Amino acid sequence: MAGLATSLGAGAATNSLAQMPDIDTLFLFGSNPTEAHPIVSLYLKKALRKGAKLIVGDPRKTWMAKRADVWLNLKPGSNIAIMNGLAHVILKNGWENRDFIEKRTESFEAFKRQVEKYDLKTVERLTGVKADDIVEAARLYSHADKAMIVYGLGVTEHQTGTENSMSIANLALLCGHIGRPSTGIMALRGQNNVQGASDLGPLPATLPGYQSVSDPAVRAKFEKAWKVPIDPVPGLKSVEMLDRACHGKFKGIFILGEDPAHTDPNVHEVRKALSSLEFLVVQDIFHTETTKYADVILPGASFAEKDGTFTNGERRVQRVRKAIEPIAGMAEWEVICKLANRMGYPMTYEHPSDIMDEIASLTPQYGGISYERLETESLQWPCPTKDHPGTKTMYTDLFSRPGGLAKFMVLDHKGPGEAADREYPYTLITGRIREHYNNGSMTRRAKGIMKLVSEEMIEISPADAEKLNIEDGDYVKVSSRRGKVNVRAKVTRRSQKGNVFMTFHYADALVNLLTSEHKDPITGTPEYKACAVKIEK
Amino acid sequence: MSDNTLKVKINGKQIECSPHETILQVAKRGNVYIPTLCHDDRLEPYGGCRLCLVKVDRIPRPLPACTTPVADNMEILTETDEIRKIRANIIDLLLSNHPNDCMRCEATGSCTLQDLSYEYNVKGARFYGEKWNLPIRDDNPFITFEPNKCILCGRCTRICNEVVMAGTIELTGRGFRALPDTSFGKPRTLKNCEFCGQCVSTCPTGALTDKKGRGKGRSFELKKVRTTCSYCGTGCNFDLNVKEGKVVKVTSAYDAPVNHGNLCIKGRYGYDFIHSFERIKHPLIRKGDRMHTVSWDEALDHVADSFRKLLKKHGPGSVGGFSSSRCTNEENFLLSKFVRTVFRSNNVDNCARV
Ligand code: SF4
Ligand code: SF4
Ligand code: SF4
Repeated sequence: MAGLATSLGAGAATNSLAQMPDIDTLFLFGSNPTEAHPIVSLYLKKALRKGAKLIVGDPRKTWMAKRADVWLNLKPGSNIAIMNGLAHVILKNGWENRDFIEKRTESFEAFKRQVEKYDLKTVERLTGVKADDIVEAARLYSHADKAMIVYGLGVTEHQTGTENSMSIANLALLCGHIGRPSTGIMALRGQNNVQGASDLGPLPATLPGYQSVSDPAVRAKFEKAWKVPIDPVPGLKSVEMLDRACHGKFKGIFILGEDPAHTDPNVHEVRKALSSLEFLVVQDIFHTETTKYADVILPGASFAEKDGTFTNGERRVQRVRKAIEPIAGMAEWEVICKLANRMGYPMTYEHPSDIMDEIASLTPQYGGISYERLETESLQWPCPTKDHPGTKTMYTDLFSRPGGLAKFMVLDHKGPGEAADREYPYTLITGRIREHYNNGSMTRRAKGIMKLVSEEMIEISPADAEKLNIEDGDYVKVSSRRGKVNVRAKVTRRSQKGNVFMTFHYADALVNLLTSEHKDPITGTPEYKACAVKIEK
Repeated sequence: MSDNTLKVKINGKQIECSPHETILQVAKRGNVYIPTLCHDDRLEPYGGCRLCLVKVDRIPRPLPACTTPVADNMEILTETDEIRKIRANIIDLLLSNHPNDCMRCEATGSCTLQDLSYEYNVKGARFYGEKWNLPIRDDNPFITFEPNKCILCGRCTRICNEVVMAGTIELTGRGFRALPDTSFGKPRTLKNCEFCGQCVSTCPTGALTDKKGRGKGRSFELKKVRTTCSYCGTGCNFDLNVKEGKVVKVTSAYDAPVNHGNLCIKGRYGYDFIHSFERIKHPLIRKGDRMHTVSWDEALDHVADSFRKLLKKHGPGSVGGFSSSRCTNEENFLLSKFVRTVFRSNNVDNCARV
């Protein structure tokens, strides 16, 4: 989301889900909502039923790709090339929105010069997409009235993830498709509260509300409220903390509810780092790969056992309500308060609503939000004051960048960190299926779900299966430069020749033993969407 | 409202509305109750059950409220004697092929047919008909189908095709033998069904019920707690149904701003991890190679002590915290504050940025 923040001002979806049925042209990019976001897909299906045109950019032939007017079946990791190519076609034909570009954006000339290089031939070669399809997609998108780009982890989980999002913003700006109802950019994200968790400041360079630690006015505000000096130097990213731990230079970590020893793409390194720590505390509801390395394990409370809020992908702040008492006796917020008190910093909240009041007083986007209001209203940030109704469509007149202008970014195709080669000839894409969630620690314990989908499969195209003499259901050995796993093969047309697909929901197949260490240098998001593997029977 | 605001009177009460609204929509907004069986706000108007018939001035025949658009100055009556009689007849007819199994039915207390029979004081004895006697179908992990309780309102088949677009079930057969069923009556599996449970959530009777919640409590015994799903970032709302301190099922929140009662398999059926026997129930401390169960006080003292020692020996730059996109906003804020005020550094991060 750092990409959208740079281009537009805020790292968040620009519109609301409920506006989706009115879209007339949907550009779905690197997202498989029928599997990963089923309820969003209901909105999109409604738009399609009402006659919306559909462009799909995805290396896999998904449910949506099958129904697309244009399917851009790009090679994994060629997102920027395709976006630049679309911009090239639009500019060449004069389909851009000049008025919008002039009034509401900056850096257009530099961008224009850059995409000149991305002529159809070049883009065809880089992406593997047919020139005609690129032209048709450019025509459909630029001629639309209400066009929305909906993108997913297929865009962000690349080493160029941040730039990929910027290239999407470029395209929307070029056509002026932003800042109106049903017209904008929606990012569909993975974990349930990834938006809220980014908003509220567990980030090394920013305090809650994306307020920079290096800004003296921001620090002064927090220092006054928290009564401690705030370090003006940004802290370490999680990757950096782990890296230092490997070298004995980082000593202790408190991990709240995450499982990096399973979900990080380079689990070897992470495990080494965790075992090098002097002191590791993990709080979670289940034992995970990560708790194996803990010196202290604290039980967590599930969402049913505590009050709080989550912020969804359209910036909507919604209540989580306590239905039962915490099974282990305490919720996470109480544990953090008790620890702080023991270590000499008083935290005396009586209820999570008190914490929300403090959030509102320090975080401009959440300024008008309180539990009391959430009882009767549904609010999307920015909601700066108590009488503000919240924001359904962002950027209707100004972007939240200096000067109120959005910025075109100059971007170059880089490809995936690890491309298929002679030794490892297949590109492995990882992702989700509808029935499971992330490391699976919750869904694997749901009765019935395991019965339906009980083991990991690798999806492989019929052509490749034939070449390797693999039949549906055969066990195969999948290996990369980092490790290997054994799984059953599922032969399906969803996969294109040269690409294979696996999920990361099962501890016993641990697909992250295979995935590469390449990361987006800006956000640290791992490249889950492309690594080179070989497959043997 | 804009210039083309219309005015209608329902039971003498004036309500403003816009031209594309149906009588039913306007009545709902004006808090006038009109009974329905085949209607669900998530579906296109259908006009199948005829329960929503209302009397419109100057029109001799009663009209279905769910499919009739409003017109300016329309005067509508929803509860005339004639209309009540028609409705009672419809209900009577439905009951004539209904097992009257309310005493042990899963849906008792949340069944529209039951409520209407009560309201219209109908027993189902006036029409004598052949009754279905078909076996219960629960050949899958989540959804139980009791065909004998089906009133053929078509809500399940329409939601599956119109909203989910899964095409799992259709009304099959004709006349007395018609039934909502999968093709060839095959069991629901992942090959033909998404297990989203939308069909269950829309069924107005006990014909479709959530298998995992059966026998665990009827709607009036359950405490419903409105909350937000913890699986993906869509932010669906639903009600956790609690009995004696246990979450026994999830039911739809039809007024939820994001999902209007729709859910996916994870949100609707992925709740049993809450009471899994594998939950960590006590703090654990490592002593040598073994983890030992300790009290909260002992664990927290130990954590505080250990961090204090590290801070003293190696400085604030040597410790940090990872927070989770799974935790609440309040917890994320608090961890961010904790690292800054207690560890006195900015070494706090979200460890999985996905
Ligand atoms: S569970 Fe969903 S997909 Fe399956 S029959 Fe019901 S509505 Fe259709
Ligand atoms: S199963 Fe329920 S929803 Fe489906 S037709 Fe029968 S009564 Fe209606
Ligand atoms: S019910 Fe499904 S789609 Fe809705 S928030 Fe939960 S996981 Fe996401």
